[in-house]
Amino acid sequence: MKKAFSGTAWKYGDNINTDVIFPGKYTYQKMTPEEMAQHALEDLDPDFISKVSAGDILVAGKNFGMGSSREQAAVAIKAAGISVIIARSFARIYFRNAINAGMPAIRCPEAVDAIQDGDSVTVDMAAGVISTPRGDFRFPAYPPTVMEILEHNGLIPFIKTKIST
Amino acid sequence: MGKTFVEKVFGLKAGYDVSAGDIVSVEPDWVMSHDNAAAISATFRKTGAAKVRYPERVVIILDHEIPAPKESSATNHREIRSFVAEQGIEHFFDINFGICHQVFVEEGFAMPGKLIVGSDSHTTTYGALGAFSAGIGRSEVAAIWATGELWFQVPDTMQIVLQGRMPDFLSPKDVALNIIGRIRADGADYRAVEFRGDAVAAMSIPDRMVLSNMAAEMGAKNGYIPPDDTTLNYLKGRARSTFEPVFSDPDACFVDVVNFDISVMTPAVARPHTVDNHASIEEAAGIRIDQALIGTCTNGRLEDLRAAARILKGRRVKVRTLVIPASWQVYRAAMKENLLEVFLDAGAVILNPGCGPCLGAHQGVMAPGEVTFSTANRNFKGRMGCREAEIYLGSPMSVAASAVTGEITHPGRFL
Repeated sequence: MKKAFSGTAWKYGDNINTDVIFPGKYTYQKMTPEEMAQHALEDLDPDFISKVSAGDILVAGKNFGMGSSREQAAVAIKAAGISVIIARSFARIYFRNAINAGMPAIRCPEAVDAIQDGDSVTVDMAAGVISTPRGDFRFPAYPPTVMEILEHNGLIPFIKTKIST
Repeated sequence: MGKTFVEKVFGLKAGYDVSAGDIVSVEPDWVMSHDNAAAISATFRKTGAAKVRYPERVVIILDHEIPAPKESSATNHREIRSFVAEQGIEHFFDINFGICHQVFVEEGFAMPGKLIVGSDSHTTTYGALGAFSAGIGRSEVAAIWATGELWFQVPDTMQIVLQGRMPDFLSPKDVALNIIGRIRADGADYRAVEFRGDAVAAMSIPDRMVLSNMAAEMGAKNGYIPPDDTTLNYLKGRARSTFEPVFSDPDACFVDVVNFDISVMTPAVARPHTVDNHASIEEAAGIRIDQALIGTCTNGRLEDLRAAARILKGRRVKVRTLVIPASWQVYRAAMKENLLEVFLDAGAVILNPGCGPCLGAHQGVMAPGEVTFSTANRNFKGRMGCREAEIYLGSPMSVAASAVTGEITHPGRFL
């Protein structure tokens, strides 16, 4: 995991659920992360995949990722280029899935209020600071267990290291 | 200060005293998965592990696309069967058992005090038996298969206290939809939920399973119901191992307590496209429907089929009506009670036990502009395979009554 991320913020509302992030009809089709990315947010914003660039930042309201445990909803967003998600709050399984996919999910309501769609935003993971055109916002550091998973770019690479050592 | 149920369960597993907010690595008693076991097995291989650490703790129940509707699902199933054979996984349930959450409970895996995880968000269902059970992601299941353990953050606990007698036209599904209407879809985010009160104590295990199942729709990590004689009686001759019930201390810290009197509740409906888009059935009455669905892991049990049959007996449905018993045990019991005949006489289609149309993978997919009234737990846009279709959620009695009239109807009309 990089120590800091910079990119364009794409902002959405409250209660974005897993069916609009990654439709259920695709969940039992075998896809590469790149193929999953083509369906990211398909039923919420069909233009998302054409406007997002590598490193961009997803910003959302409360309870982002509510619903299914399908982790494609996290993998598809990451594969679409999103480096980090900032939300007012996360649904718990989505929060875990994002971290386990090596994508930081940051809860920071103040930053969500400040950020507007299309803003340039920087997230400094080490310092715990989100920089926006309307000011800087702090967020609490992740516990060591979670940081370790993010530093290995996800749970599976982390387990792989653990098993091989 | 005392400990909550979840603090105690994680403390027992960790071997030291833990409190809400702590992050612990522990070994779950059971790890459940379904058709996504094929994808999980591919992820498992990426960990570099050759053998599943504890194959005896793995439970795999096929239910999402059964029988296979297309070649890719058939291939998925084949991969799972070969993985099961290769790894010596004995707790494997092929296409002739039913929906994972129903089968898991019927087969006696859900027991008080156990720590259970599954790669399905409605794994919360086993809280009805006094277990800690939570949905996790596929990679997390792969990690447990490889190492036997997983990280957890011990959640805060909120109590939902239910008092009062259930009116004749009301069902536990209405209770759950009314709770979610008040506390909203994120009302229990990150939290453990503990259901208590006289009304919960009076419920059967199948009725309690509806509450614990719907806890997922409140954002809860789990939906625990304190085990009692009802629980112990249900587990007689069924429990897979010995177990030790775990209870919250009276002086434990609960972050929130929400009270409901169910005796004054009316049947509830969730309107498109979120479960917390609450309406009373009076408010939703008259909305025309194209399809009625009675089944799923929320409402496909014998008690649900009885409730629906009570209304459908001697009547004909006006719209396409799908009935899906949650398991083959339920199917057989419904057959013995002549419920299946009631459904056939009414003009309904009986599908084989499984998840069926609930997640839009096959069976009963809707066309654009159509409306389904369903006993499932989710009505998100696109959920049943079509983003231009609408899904309303309600109880088995409400859906049965509406199937008869072709529009959303109060079940009291036919009772």
